[in-house]
Amino acid sequence: MSVVTPTIAASPIARINPVAKLLAAVLLSIALLLSIDWISAAVALSLESILLLWGGLSLRLLALRTAPLWIAAPLAGITTVLYGEDSGAVLWRLGFVSITEGSLSLGVAIALRILAIGLPGIVLFATTDPTDLADGLGQVLRLPARFVLGGLAALRLVGVLIDDWRQLAFARRARGVGDRGRIRRFGGQAFALLVIAVRRGSTLATAMEAKGFGSDIPRSWARPSPFGTREVLLIVVGAGIAAVAISVSVALGSWEFVLA
Amino acid sequence: MSVPSAATSGFATPVAGVRIRARDWSWRHAGRSKPAVAGLSFDIEPGERVLLLGASGAGKSTLLSGLAGVLGGDEEGEQTGELLLDGRLPVESRGRIGLVLQDPDSQVVLARVGDDVAFGCENLGVPRDETWRRVGSALAAVGLDLPLDHPSSSLSGGQKQRLALAGALAMRPGLLLLDEPTANLDPAGVTEVRDAVARALAGSTATLVVIEHRVSVWRDLVDRVIVLDPDGGILADGAPDRVLSDEGERLAAAGVWVPGFPPRRPLRLPGATAPGLELLRTAALGIGRRKNRHSAPALPPIELSVDAGLATAITGVNGAGKSTLALTLAGLLAPAAGAVEANERLSQGAGPHPHAWKSRQLLTRIGTVFQNPEHQFLAATVRAELAIGPRALGLPQGEIDGRVDGLLSRLRLEKLAGANPFTLSGGEKRRLSVATVLATAPRVLVLDEPTFGQDSRTWQELVALLAELLEAGSSVVAVTHDADFVEALADVEVRLEPRLGAGAAFLGASAAVLVR
Repeated sequence: MSVVTPTIAASPIARINPVAKLLAAVLLSIALLLSIDWISAAVALSLESILLLWGGLSLRLLALRTAPLWIAAPLAGITTVLYGEDSGAVLWRLGFVSITEGSLSLGVAIALRILAIGLPGIVLFATTDPTDLADGLGQVLRLPARFVLGGLAALRLVGVLIDDWRQLAFARRARGVGDRGRIRRFGGQAFALLVIAVRRGSTLATAMEAKGFGSDIPRSWARPSPFGTREVLLIVVGAGIAAVAISVSVALGSWEFVLA
Repeated sequence: MSVPSAATSGFATPVAGVRIRARDWSWRHAGRSKPAVAGLSFDIEPGERVLLLGASGAGKSTLLSGLAGVLGGDEEGEQTGELLLDGRLPVESRGRIGLVLQDPDSQVVLARVGDDVAFGCENLGVPRDETWRRVGSALAAVGLDLPLDHPSSSLSGGQKQRLALAGALAMRPGLLLLDEPTANLDPAGVTEVRDAVARALAGSTATLVVIEHRVSVWRDLVDRVIVLDPDGGILADGAPDRVLSDEGERLAAAGVWVPGFPPRRPLRLPGATAPGLELLRTAALGIGRRKNRHSAPALPPIELSVDAGLATAITGVNGAGKSTLALTLAGLLAPAAGAVEANERLSQGAGPHPHAWKSRQLLTRIGTVFQNPEHQFLAATVRAELAIGPRALGLPQGEIDGRVDGLLSRLRLEKLAGANPFTLSGGEKRRLSVATVLATAPRVLVLDEPTFGQDSRTWQELVALLAELLEAGSSVVAVTHDADFVEALADVEVRLEPRLGAGAAFLGASAAVLVR
């Protein structure tokens, strides 16, 4: 398993065109970024959870992949509760740390929002093969192949560069400069990696060019990237969740438009 | 731009070979005063198989890039004369040309084997069904019997080169260009790739041009040898036997590996040096990934000693853990089990475990030369590069200058003192990487594949230098695939055998120690 060939378990959601997953996730994120109330986030999160159950991911995999979210969201929430802008009744105070009704609801809203925005994104990447995503971006969204496949090829080099990094670290120790100046050494090592990456990249570019990449012959695609009812349905559901979340929040009077 | 016909039949349909015509062709890289190639005139008929030889710096790779149409435009350099493929410029013939480069890691494009082979066809607009037919036959032609969704990152070097070849073949090229395709491979990989090329060409009328330092690999596959003159033009051109017997000596002196003209070997009499004093020894050493610590005791422990004045060669197949063992002996990697113990003669008070030494303490005790010299370069000039070790030791400036000047002349690097290490040629980089280690005079020298991809001249210099160091009482440990190198230098051979677990996961290695 590596960056570009992740092991992706078979599940209904893994079979959906990545472009549809991407569009659904983007729609949801935009809707949730428009307000900072807790109701819209809570509604979106509960509806997403239902969608995830249908997605057929194993709970273990889901827990593993979304672990960073479960750590980040409560942390951000608690920080806001303790140090966020105070308003309303004071519930608890110790020195300059205070919890008020305002900071409490803001903290909850932020924690829920991180989950509601992060979950679809993480699920998107946990169930998507980068090659399939590139195929979708090129064939469905018609993004330029030079950009999409160039990025994909560069991603493949990441694995090679991780190995280079290890070798660079060994070499620095062997050359007697591994004892002092950790930060400066890191900088130097990063620069060396950059030089090596540029070299590997230009060889790769030559190899790709020699295979006719970037010529003006219209490109064909060896792998189909089907986009049908299932995909449209997912986008509609994504838009629906966004709409319901916003409507409920507006109806209950808690909608706080960030740009207002 | 011409669109190559997307033929709809199978692989067996012969593709017309490309005719190459060069007339007084020259290329000068932007910013250089001297042209890389000058005054080349020759014709190559469709279907000819040509081995291109020349000293390093004679412009072989430049010519090949020119033929492949990847030299770039006016910003990259300046062209005079003409170089035509079937009467057209090479850039207009893309898709008629298949190119395989030297570095296996830098030319895989996509993550799955089948997709990578299909990549060229896609760029040429070949219809989907036809693409997959071609992918199947190209993989069969190079003998890669793997599922289409096999991850390309898990292939060996030889397999990656065959994958690159399959990608080129799937485009059904009329001209196949190979730029030192086997230079970075072990002997098994070299044979794999050579046989794959032979098989692919057997039923084909495609023209072949190949560059390689080691003539013996391709000699039986080519019917013509062209030797480039570093001063411009062509030195010799004709049937392999005639050219190699006429020019063999001159080529060998210029660094080409010509059968019948082996590089000189230093005279090493077994036991000529005083009976080895032990410097390093392993005690029930296990190598491998640390998370496999629990399974390590199941493996036979590695027991060996590294003695003054003796050379140890670490050999074995790819993936046997040779580099891991070398890094462990060099004090760069902690042992997975057991220990590497340094004798007081070597440790000089730094403690018995090399991996616990400070980076600075390693300098005078164990020096390491990495497989890829670029990994160990730290400075902007050759001179500054050589001064890094002595400076880290805190030597006075006069002493540093003395050592640096001595190494520059000893390794023929004086003219390059102000050059950036990254801009050197392969042989120069290797010499510099060895010199940087010698600058602090370590008692033990650990080298990872020091002769990989080197021309015969660099090989000869390197082996002579190591023999000298051994004579002076240093100890040499070298990971190598090179049988000539083992033959010339090694007193002890440690042959590693990989132990694989479930899913071919590397657990560790067992070692057989042979005294030569």
